[in-house]
Amino acid sequence: MAEPLKREQYLDLYYYMQLNRQLEERMVRLFRQNKIVGGLYSSLGQEAVSVGTCFAMEKRDWIAPMIRNIGALLVKGVPPRDIFTQHMAKYTSPTKGKDGTSHFGDLKVRHIVSPISMLGDLIPVMTGVAMAGRYLGQNIVALTWIGDGGSSTGAFHEGLGLAAAQKAPFVLIVENNQWAYSTPVSRQVPVKNLADRAVGYGIASTIVDGNDVVAVYNATKDAVTECRAGRGPHLIEAKTMRMRGHAQHDPAEYVPKEMFEYWKARDPIVLYEKYLTENKIWDEKTKAEIVARIERELDVEQKFAEESPMPPPEFAEVGVYCDDSCHKIAADWKRSKSEVMPPKSSFDPGWKLEDLGRLGEIPTAKEVTASSGGNGAKANGPQARHVTPALPPQSFVNVPIAPREPAQPFAATEVAEPAEPRIPFGRGPKDKAFRESPDNPQNKSYGRGAQNKTFRKGPPEKSFNKGGQNKSFTKNTAGKNFSKGPQGKSGRG
Amino acid sequence: MATTAIPKPGAVTMVDAIRQAMTEEMERDAAVVAIGEDIGVYGGAFKVTDGLLAKFGRERVIETPIAETAIIGAACGMSFLGLRPVCEMQFIDFIACCFNQVTNFVAKSHYLWDAPVPIVIRGPSGGGVHGGPFHSANPEMYFVHTPGLKVIYPSTPSDAKGLLKSAIRDNNPVLFFEHKYLYRRLKEEMPAGDHLVPIGKAAVRRAGRDLTIISYAAMVHTAMEAAEELAKDGIDAEVIDLRTLLPLDKETILDSVKKTNKLLIVHEDTRTGGIAGEIAAIVCENAFEDLDGPIERVTALDTPVPYSPPLEEHFLPNTAKVVAAARNLAKY
Repeated sequence: MAEPLKREQYLDLYYYMQLNRQLEERMVRLFRQNKIVGGLYSSLGQEAVSVGTCFAMEKRDWIAPMIRNIGALLVKGVPPRDIFTQHMAKYTSPTKGKDGTSHFGDLKVRHIVSPISMLGDLIPVMTGVAMAGRYLGQNIVALTWIGDGGSSTGAFHEGLGLAAAQKAPFVLIVENNQWAYSTPVSRQVPVKNLADRAVGYGIASTIVDGNDVVAVYNATKDAVTECRAGRGPHLIEAKTMRMRGHAQHDPAEYVPKEMFEYWKARDPIVLYEKYLTENKIWDEKTKAEIVARIERELDVEQKFAEESPMPPPEFAEVGVYCDDSCHKIAADWKRSKSEVMPPKSSFDPGWKLEDLGRLGEIPTAKEVTASSGGNGAKANGPQARHVTPALPPQSFVNVPIAPREPAQPFAATEVAEPAEPRIPFGRGPKDKAFRESPDNPQNKSYGRGAQNKTFRKGPPEKSFNKGGQNKSFTKNTAGKNFSKGPQGKSGRG
Repeated sequence: MATTAIPKPGAVTMVDAIRQAMTEEMERDAAVVAIGEDIGVYGGAFKVTDGLLAKFGRERVIETPIAETAIIGAACGMSFLGLRPVCEMQFIDFIACCFNQVTNFVAKSHYLWDAPVPIVIRGPSGGGVHGGPFHSANPEMYFVHTPGLKVIYPSTPSDAKGLLKSAIRDNNPVLFFEHKYLYRRLKEEMPAGDHLVPIGKAAVRRAGRDLTIISYAAMVHTAMEAAEELAKDGIDAEVIDLRTLLPLDKETILDSVKKTNKLLIVHEDTRTGGIAGEIAAIVCENAFEDLDGPIERVTALDTPVPYSPPLEEHFLPNTAKVVAAARNLAKY
């Protein structure tokens, strides 16, 4: 179990949750003033998940937030101005206006990987971060969040599968906020708990009340400790509720009123205020101080963002590629490199399999029939569940190939200057017979019948279409001749 | 114009050359790791990574589930901590499975949030070996159309080695296409020492004065055969091997066109949206008045790669088709 928090840490949890909420409320006002360029996504009601999880991470650990994890960014030390400027597409934002919302990262100092809009992609990415941290001996843990909706993506499955196979020090927070845009979780995933999926990957999991910040913190701290001890990965399902629509434009009328009412009574900040009071961790004065501090800080940060310039247009051209001058890429080794270099890394490879694929307990047909509803057949005694073994796949690797002449390496030859002057472009093949023959690709018909090559002869007799359009190309729309068009040149000697 | 002659024939196939490049880079830099399906104990579907596991161990030769998105995603995450993973697609056709990860995450990270992704994605590509529609693709143009990536497609073992070593050291995500028809058909002597070939530089494989044939990968050899055929008719073709498709070596292309005034582009990729169209546009923009004839293309048909040998042979460009197109062009 995680060690109990100190008083300052309890107060910090409150500070970050309240900062998260106040920051977002200010952004809603900015959105209504048309000062936010794109969409605005609210994490109202989910602050405990963002803050509680990230609070359990150490400075060296890595996170990759989703769009509703602004609280996690704040805990990692991102100043609110970065979030304001990102949403306002300012040149002073972390991406300097190249992307919006919480789409930014920080590789060097805070160890944050930027989210992208394609959900699930961060799961394999953070698995890689976790694997690299282990490889370099850094003893870090990587953590990312995924929604109930994003848990249906292929990347979720591929990433978690690799993390499990690699036993990566990776924590996945499944932030079950009940709604994937407008679709309730029960219509996406027919399991009772999203955490049940962990069984399928052979990894440990925890279910936690996502609106209880202390519970979220404790669950994450335990998972992080397990991962750091080499017993990862770990999946945590945090059950919570998205209290707004998918984004500002969405009034969320598809959510039953009673559902909002139930979760409003479970507001994570109100619940935590009660917890702090009941446990005598703070008093009204402390609370007022924290709230006033947040107001003061946000005033400064918002002013900075509003007064910041937009990026210069040409900045759009900058930074597609990394050249040697913009980044020095070097890993931070916390172990001896010689351990991963030959001869130390060399070994006799081969699989050492314990069970050799032997059959263990196989469910009887009776059990299978019972669980699947059955077709009336009453099986007596044990029967094999699967009767048709799959055939091994055909290999494409050593398919015999029809022999061809081996390609010969080639050598360069020196070339003299051309003997005859070139014929300028536009006059066609020199050989008149070929020029007019159907073998000349330029004479190919494109469904217009035999081509009358009028293109180079100045004003065409007919238009390219045989229909009603008989306007001459040399006349403009007013029926007058063009003064001088490129096609009117008599020649280009 | 300088020409890059190929060294004399030797004993090293393209498969060996790629393995040499990976081995040398993994010996040079502990940050270089290999990741992919069946690349360890089995040594990879084409045995490109054979022996790497025994030498470098499981931490550096990482065998994954069949999950291309996981391979690219994990490699990308590793690169954020300073590693330089080399990812294998068992067949490059399967890169379609991780298209999102490559084009949205890997390619855009540096531009959007200043995060370089120094990874290499390599795999066997191309047809001519009757692999059928899902084992013969040339999907390079999807990625040439993606800013942030580099795309390499070598035609010789020594280029494969030198370019792969450069790709591993590059700070950007590099796609490295290995034409499987060339894997074991071509043997070459490797240049001694730390052999690096610069990314983004085309090679003039044969100097000529009458017309330019631009190609890459296996079709370079077809173009060379065609050039020899054309020489019998007194047509002196210059053959350019692009080697890198992104960034494209516009200078070498334009220099050659300005000299020969006629351009034929040959590629094994399908016609519509192939690199020939882009090159034609570049030449029209920059050397229109130097052209003496229409820009010709010889490409594969606009169909999936068919399986049956007569169908595939009809689908692919070959020497006869290149010769015929070049003869027509020479008439201008």
